[in-house]
Amino acid sequence: MINEGKIRVWKDYQKEIADDRYFYVRSCIRQNFFPGAEKTFLRIMRDELRKDVFEDPRHTTCTGIAYHTDIVPLETIMTTVARQFSLMTENGYENIVPSCITSFGIYTEILELWEHHPEWEEKAKNYLFKSTGREFKKPKNLAHSSDVIFKYRNEIAHLAKHCLVNKETGQPIRVVEHIGCHYSRMFPQKGIGGAEYPFVLTGLAEAFGGEVIDYPERRACCGFGFRQYLVQANRGYSIACSKKKFESMAPYKPDMIITNCPGCPYFLDRWQYVISEMEGTTYGANGYGIPVLTFEELAGLMMGYNPWDIGLQMHQVSVEPLLDKIGIEYDSHDKYCDAEGIFMGKPEIPEILKFC
Amino acid sequence: MIKPDYFTQLKSDIRFNEGLHACINCGTCSAICPAAAFYNYDPKQIATQVQSRNEQVIENLLKSDTIWYCGECMSCKTRCPRGNTPGLIIMALRQLSIETGFFAESEKGRQILALKRVIGSNILNYGYCVHVEGISSEMHPEQGPIWKWIRKHAEKVYNRLGANYGKEGPGALRKISDSNLKELDQIFQVTGAYDRFDKIEKFSKKKATEMGYNTKIESMDPYFLMIYRHNSEKHYKQKA
Repeated sequence: MINEGKIRVWKDYQKEIADDRYFYVRSCIRQNFFPGAEKTFLRIMRDELRKDVFEDPRHTTCTGIAYHTDIVPLETIMTTVARQFSLMTENGYENIVPSCITSFGIYTEILELWEHHPEWEEKAKNYLFKSTGREFKKPKNLAHSSDVIFKYRNEIAHLAKHCLVNKETGQPIRVVEHIGCHYSRMFPQKGIGGAEYPFVLTGLAEAFGGEVIDYPERRACCGFGFRQYLVQANRGYSIACSKKKFESMAPYKPDMIITNCPGCPYFLDRWQYVISEMEGTTYGANGYGIPVLTFEELAGLMMGYNPWDIGLQMHQVSVEPLLDKIGIEYDSHDKYCDAEGIFMGKPEIPEILKFC
Repeated sequence: MIKPDYFTQLKSDIRFNEGLHACINCGTCSAICPAAAFYNYDPKQIATQVQSRNEQVIENLLKSDTIWYCGECMSCKTRCPRGNTPGLIIMALRQLSIETGFFAESEKGRQILALKRVIGSNILNYGYCVHVEGISSEMHPEQGPIWKWIRKHAEKVYNRLGANYGKEGPGALRKISDSNLKELDQIFQVTGAYDRFDKIEKFSKKKATEMGYNTKIESMDPYFLMIYRHNSEKHYKQKA
């Protein structure tokens, strides 16, 4: 009976994820800061798992950052999202997969709004038709790109060339995971593990052999806070939130952080640099930071892809200490080469944070 | 004199109705809120104040820094035992503060102009909320040396990582064509985004003039730079 009860409760923390034929919508932040992560997602889905993932170049921002900085009304974002659905419908797809967590939260919220207040769906139809002449159908399935990777985590792990194990000690790599606020805070039933038992990244890390660390500020926000980062005068909020997390996780000596939301890896990476400059504090071993990877980058690394083809050179916190622990070979010169192999020069070296 | 009807206007916002059922003032939201840990801010008090239906209390909120401290992370939604979402109440208050022009009365409220000009023009010019070409190291020193390197070699770096930087067709950072930007423009027109933009500019210009600035439209003028950078440091919790 106890087990039956547990299974019943756990069902609340799982979700249906489509098997194939995904309509992919990109993330504003990921495209700018981690474009290799999106490339890696598509490479794994298309080339390794042989799934149909379609992208229409006509799709745009969902305006999520504008909405959460309060500069556009609900009606605007709702209609822009309806336009993405229209492109999906026009291309014959029914399963939508956003790369962005803010978008995923927005799509979830809008579909819930339409479910409970059908008059708002009518409004969206009217606004979209009036402004663009477009019509749309709602997606049958909405999943974040990490949900899809989670669904196929065991297949990916089976194909992987590496595992998350320290090659010297044989012990699992110690992983901190961070799912991002808008993945499941508003609608916990739409996220794997909900907001309280985050499992979407944990399941992936464990499939590769890693060990996920539970620490006090595990569920705390990275500190984006939209206007709290985007306006220079407010950035103290953002860095304070990240610092709270670093201070909380550091005693557990994590080898790496993996993230779900496109913004979180950016903040958890860059604020480590700023804290080192401001206070002289570094959180990794030997003066380095704690490497911060997106879930796509982690999956790509495990698959044996060249770290510099998936974009790990775009991180301010060097990833080499992690690569060395796992035993992943890399070419230090190639890190700063272009696609033709021509060396572009190295970035400046930070004063405190050790950098490769 | 027409009596203000702020509470009625708040009630016309679906987010307000979804966000506030009946707050029992337990303080769970305040305990979990990252903004409450940093700023002199208490989401429980926001719920109490709007529930009071006191028009003067609500007007004071609309003119205050207080409603601009929230980061819209929505942590409050997850834990509230009554299913309230102070973050949604805040979004409704901010909308009303912009409609009434009261945002210009507070330091944090005035910042909405900078957000409108930066994010708004990114969307309309590029089709993205943020874009590498608009993120300078001068305005974002926290980006560190790596960002200087990325921007210096942008085309080559993005090309190596499979992006389709500034070109037609699918891929990361592709050029969003004019016909698609036109559709966004029409959506902004029809759904009231441009009305909001106009209000932000109008009330900001009035306040800038009051404060002795000669503000222009759509530029990083001295008023823009002041609201983007100025921090009076009066916003934080007092240390015990």
